[in-house]
Amino acid sequence: MENNILSLKNVSRSFGATKAVDRVTLDIQPGQFVGVIGRSGAGKSTLLRLINRLIEPSSGTISYGGRSITSLSGRALREWRRDCAMIFQQFNLVERLDVLSNVLVGRLADHGFLSSMAMRFSDAERAMALAALERLDLLPQALQLAGTLSGGQQQRVAIARALVQQPRIMLADEPIASLDPGNATRVMDALRSINREDGLTVLVNLHTLETARNYCSRIIAMRAGRVQFDGPPRLLTDSAVRDIYGAEGLHEFDPSITEAPIRLRVSA
Amino acid sequence: MAYSIDEFHTDYTRHRARQLATFWTVAVLLLALTWATGQLAGFFRVTQLTLADGSRAEAWVLAAGLPRLGEYIEKTIPVLRVESIGADFAEWFWRWKTWARLLLETVLIGFLATFFGVTGGLLLSFTAARNLAPARWIFWATRRTLEIARTVPELVWALIFVFCFGVGPLAGVLAIAMHSTGALGKLYSEANENIDMRPVEGVKAAGGSWADQMRWGVLPQVIPNVISYTLLRFEINVRSSSIIGYVGAGGLGQELRTAISLQEYTNLSALFLIIFATVMVIDWASEKLRHRIIGLGKTA
Repeated sequence: MENNILSLKNVSRSFGATKAVDRVTLDIQPGQFVGVIGRSGAGKSTLLRLINRLIEPSSGTISYGGRSITSLSGRALREWRRDCAMIFQQFNLVERLDVLSNVLVGRLADHGFLSSMAMRFSDAERAMALAALERLDLLPQALQLAGTLSGGQQQRVAIARALVQQPRIMLADEPIASLDPGNATRVMDALRSINREDGLTVLVNLHTLETARNYCSRIIAMRAGRVQFDGPPRLLTDSAVRDIYGAEGLHEFDPSITEAPIRLRVSA
Repeated sequence: MAYSIDEFHTDYTRHRARQLATFWTVAVLLLALTWATGQLAGFFRVTQLTLADGSRAEAWVLAAGLPRLGEYIEKTIPVLRVESIGADFAEWFWRWKTWARLLLETVLIGFLATFFGVTGGLLLSFTAARNLAPARWIFWATRRTLEIARTVPELVWALIFVFCFGVGPLAGVLAIAMHSTGALGKLYSEANENIDMRPVEGVKAAGGSWADQMRWGVLPQVIPNVISYTLLRFEINVRSSSIIGYVGAGGLGQELRTAISLQEYTNLSALFLIIFATVMVIDWASEKLRHRIIGLGKTA
């Protein structure tokens, strides 16, 4: 691995008077599996969107392998977004297109205007998309409309779309918050295999401490836009969580309490 | 502090009183407005008319004028006798060859104008959607362009284009296409504003350009709306193209004008029947097609 460190220096982002992300400085080594935890509204989602440049920082710089990311524009910005793929809580698939087309969206950054408008892809690209679908056990669904799939399947389509981008970093914004436990495990396992087998850096926002402990080699805890904890899971003991969040915070991170309302929200 | 039933009662009485006050204010205002506009339009005018015995009388304008409508319609009814029904019909539709050609021209004008209107409207609808426009000034500029295109009536566009390109269907096509672009662009852009933005964000996050986001994230979501509005517009455009010939822009309209100005009343009723039947057939067919497409969109 060369020196491809993802580096954030004093990155801030305000929405009106609210500081969603407040002077965050981080270095993320290639190949790490990083979990970002924190209450809703702590700035986790904004942090990931800042890295992918879906949101512009108010101040601070982001760089990758020494190259500034914050100053990219046009083609270079599109290529950066291709290199750090993103998956979302609500999957963000085009429900009225078939699964294969949704995966091929991951190839658009390398396409010109005309081939994109005509929805034309090469055989090699289609083969790559099908290989990604096969890896995620979705080959039989390749020609179904994405909207007809279950939530867990849709999230795996989103992962396949991210894979054909041939990215170096995988950002995942609450990828399992809308899924039942079985599907959540499959999605997290897929992320783990991408991390271990393909050597991708994975940066994932999670709402349960338990999942973060099980999968991540490094945990970053955020509160009110600031990094409160940054280290390996074994250092994030209950007392450490209490120290960081107070008793109320620990209460929020008790999975038996936080997971119930999430399931309710999905079924509603 | 508990909210007692008495407190609720006070609040409720006040709430009711406010509702009633609003109702009566609006009702009185609307009534006044209706009366004033009716006055302006001459609805309450009294007119003089000559009675059968030659004496003059005064009557309310609507009461005096309605019988004349009957008179007019009566003049357009052709003489049809049972014994010579074939010959009478042939006489009624004596110009059927010309009319058939012009009817075809009318439908074709409507079709081509819809084609151009859809192309223009769709292209402009993305920058005319508040949630999609890449910059505020582009949004503003396309919105204004669409407004101008649809605020100028088709007949006025037709007059302008007849002046530019001469008498004939080309001017009609351009005139209706212009108006369609404006009307469809607005409808399409409203559909664009109601989409789910998450797929668009998904395409963007994968490195898609603005055009990619529109093509992949927006278009698949709005295509059923686009088809539905387009078919509806085709119906409207055939209707428009049957009148646009009035100013020399092709289609049946020129025959209508001749019939009215030369007072060939039975020609008028024949033309009316032709247009009515055509519009009815197109309405029926496009509605069937539209429902089919919307239905398919739901199950597929």
